[in-house]
Amino acid sequence: MGSYIPSTVSQQEEMLKEAGFSSLGDLYRDVPEDLKLQGELNLPEGLSELETAKTMRRIASHNKVYESVFRGAGAYRHYIPAIVKSVVNKEEFVTAYTPYQAEISQGVLQSIFEYQTMICELTGMEVANASVYDGAVAAAEAVSMCRSPKKKKVFVSGAVHPDALKVIRTYCWAAGEEVCVLPAKDGRTDLSALDGEATCLYVQQPNYYGVIEDLKQISETAHGFGLTVIAGVEPFAMCLLETPAECGVDIAVGEGQPLGMPLSFGGPYLGFMATNTKLMRKLPGRIVGETTDTEGRRAFVLTLQAREQHIRREKASSNVCSNEALCALTASVYLAAMGPEGMKEAARQCYSKAHYLADRLEEAGLKRVYEADFFNEFVTVCDDPEALLAKLDAKGILGGLPVENGILWCATELNSKAEIDALVKEVSA
Amino acid sequence: MKTLFERSVAGRHCSILPECDVPVRTPEHTRTQPLHLPELSETDISRHYTELAKQTFGVNDGFYPLGSCTMKYNPKVNEQAASLEGFAEVHPLQDHVQGCLEVLATAEKYLCEITGMNAMTFQPAAGAHGELTGLMLIKRYHEKHGNTARTKIIVPDSAHGTNPASSAMCGFTVVNIPSAEDGCVDLDRLREACGEDTAGLMLTNPNTLGIFDKHIREITDIVHEAGGLCYYDGANLNAVMGIARPGDMGFDCIHLNLHKSFSTPHGGGGPGSGPVGCKSFLEAYLPGEKVVFENGEYRWQERGEESIGAVRGFHGNFLVVVKALTYLLTLGREGVPAVAENAVLNANYLKHLLEGTYDVTNKGVCMHEFVLTLEGMKKETGVSAMDIAKALQDYGMHPPTMYFPLNVHEALMVEPTETESKETLDAAAAAFLEIYEKAKADPEAMHHTPLHSPITRPDEVKAARHPVLRYRFDD
Repeated sequence: MGSYIPSTVSQQEEMLKEAGFSSLGDLYRDVPEDLKLQGELNLPEGLSELETAKTMRRIASHNKVYESVFRGAGAYRHYIPAIVKSVVNKEEFVTAYTPYQAEISQGVLQSIFEYQTMICELTGMEVANASVYDGAVAAAEAVSMCRSPKKKKVFVSGAVHPDALKVIRTYCWAAGEEVCVLPAKDGRTDLSALDGEATCLYVQQPNYYGVIEDLKQISETAHGFGLTVIAGVEPFAMCLLETPAECGVDIAVGEGQPLGMPLSFGGPYLGFMATNTKLMRKLPGRIVGETTDTEGRRAFVLTLQAREQHIRREKASSNVCSNEALCALTASVYLAAMGPEGMKEAARQCYSKAHYLADRLEEAGLKRVYEADFFNEFVTVCDDPEALLAKLDAKGILGGLPVENGILWCATELNSKAEIDALVKEVSA
Repeated sequence: MKTLFERSVAGRHCSILPECDVPVRTPEHTRTQPLHLPELSETDISRHYTELAKQTFGVNDGFYPLGSCTMKYNPKVNEQAASLEGFAEVHPLQDHVQGCLEVLATAEKYLCEITGMNAMTFQPAAGAHGELTGLMLIKRYHEKHGNTARTKIIVPDSAHGTNPASSAMCGFTVVNIPSAEDGCVDLDRLREACGEDTAGLMLTNPNTLGIFDKHIREITDIVHEAGGLCYYDGANLNAVMGIARPGDMGFDCIHLNLHKSFSTPHGGGGPGSGPVGCKSFLEAYLPGEKVVFENGEYRWQERGEESIGAVRGFHGNFLVVVKALTYLLTLGREGVPAVAENAVLNANYLKHLLEGTYDVTNKGVCMHEFVLTLEGMKKETGVSAMDIAKALQDYGMHPPTMYFPLNVHEALMVEPTETESKETLDAAAAAFLEIYEKAKADPEAMHHTPLHSPITRPDEVKAARHPVLRYRFDD
């Protein structure tokens, strides 16, 4: 068996003797005999490192890794600069605990402070938290921030990611709130069913179908009903489109995976959350603040802890404890490597390449379903998605995702013109 | 040290992207708000983070006896497995994922065996997220059985703060019950608290004082007889894995912290993974999809209408599960109980070295952790648990968990874990004892520790009163 226990058998015996035990089994003298596991666990025998490494490599080889990916739908393949992995693999960052001991955790604390700043910059909002589990949970936590003793209804656009809707439904069911889904009309959120009986409205920009919503108009209408406006936003889109702040959004949340995290079969990802100072104390999870030490030097600490579970217990604003700190660090390093011009350029390339792809697919007979402009995803018609996707698959291309009325395609800066042309050639063939 | 923004020089950049090879297009309405991101060279970035890393205390920087957090060594082969292209470059919505499904199915099988559960979901991304999910299962169960009056969750006062917070998020009312003198559940108080409004009980065993509650069967029976369900908080599983199983103790559902017992790193506050396991009668309520193995192939299967839905997008923190499975493959059936035994041995050995000097709340055998109370020291000298903790930093150690559990005054909770050697424990004990002597001799000096950390004690009151939560740019 493999083991990471450093004590030798004779050291174990010495320690047992010293502490007054006759054997390792004697350590469990307080555990009633009838509760002890009889016999061995039904697990295989432990392996050496060599065997473990081989086994995991064999299992991984049973997954297909595509040369070329045109599928997004909430998980996006972008180029990840080499510096990102190099920084986030540093042992100190990987293995540290939550920075409770500020004096020896300034590195993690400062990195979170920098991350919060960058999320504020991307969204245009005033305050950000240190992260939550993923974009879908960020949406559900934002809905929870709006909870009111009087109103028990929330509005969610029907054009949001299905996972976000599912998680919001689950969280709201637990809290005794009703979820009212606004239908999508021509690929955009239809606000005609809005009323003032709810606490908030959750929309996505660009939405699940890739369409750019009129977020300004949505905010204005929803505010007219006294609703808090929550927008689930895409990080690259925010560098090019009007920011949530410019559109009058109250809480901006989103999936940070595109900022340097690999697809990873869905996780670990990064839920970011940002808001204005008015709602600051309702944010869930950790928040890092700047202060000074006893010598007057700048220092960073976990702050506004009066919101949190370890102080407030059942009265806390949320139960979030561990979050996705290393993913937040990943996003920071990614944003630092890209810089403001790099981010804008990547966003322009996502937009331009998706439009090039859409034009070429239309030439090949796959017409877009919705007229409204889109960012880097769009839906086209397709008579037989299964056959088309199988044909692409055989060429090492992961095509778009089959959705209700066609295929949801995606392009990023990673898809070269040659790749797009090769895809279209297969579609036309 | 400078922030990334203070290092920024206008016009400086890395060269990451090629020129756009398709016609450049722009949308109608574009951002006008300035975008302040740092402008840096790769050297700047690399040096910045190297400096930040030096100001971060990781598991490999020294002993890390943070109680209730199980800061064991994070094996490198686990990291290597998780970074394999065959896992890291797989889209969550693609086909041809037999390997990913095998990981989830195998991890489910092994962890169910270790905990005595029948089914498991990997959607929850952290311990508290698992708690919320488990409580949702309990809520759904009562809902399906028409028990609308069962609205209360019983939580002992020694519980982690996430327990009551998760209960409240799930729409339950929390009933706190005080612990008995010995730190275990007070059976009489539990009986009084149980009734027709009881939805369930949340408990960790061993408890936060490091004691295995020997009345555990009686406790779960009392709750079951009252019609409630029992939830096991897996934060302390490291003490008993392979020795005793929550399922056999009478628990109906549990969460595990893969980033504690199963050696996945904590990342400075995540990503973790908080899988939730349950007995068969709760399985239909689990969130997400289920992996099944049929005709020589793994495939996803919808859970059906009784499922609570989803608590996270896609399939949870998958790569964390890869790491935990790698660990389990290494340990195997003999390695798992050996972990528990050595975690308990190390805790008892260190406790033995300290108990002649410090007040240990637990006089008998402890499990994987024990709690010191500095109440006497505080009264006598004014030196607090915090002072001792901060002084330990100067000895190259991460301090224990402070002021927890809440039912012990001036608490320091010490969990050495099984991956520490006798030499490390001996050195740690020597540091603890030396600090004790110093505290007695010169209490005033203790308030100024640490002396050798990158900063001295920060002003937390100022941080909360005048929140500065982001860097401010001049314009």
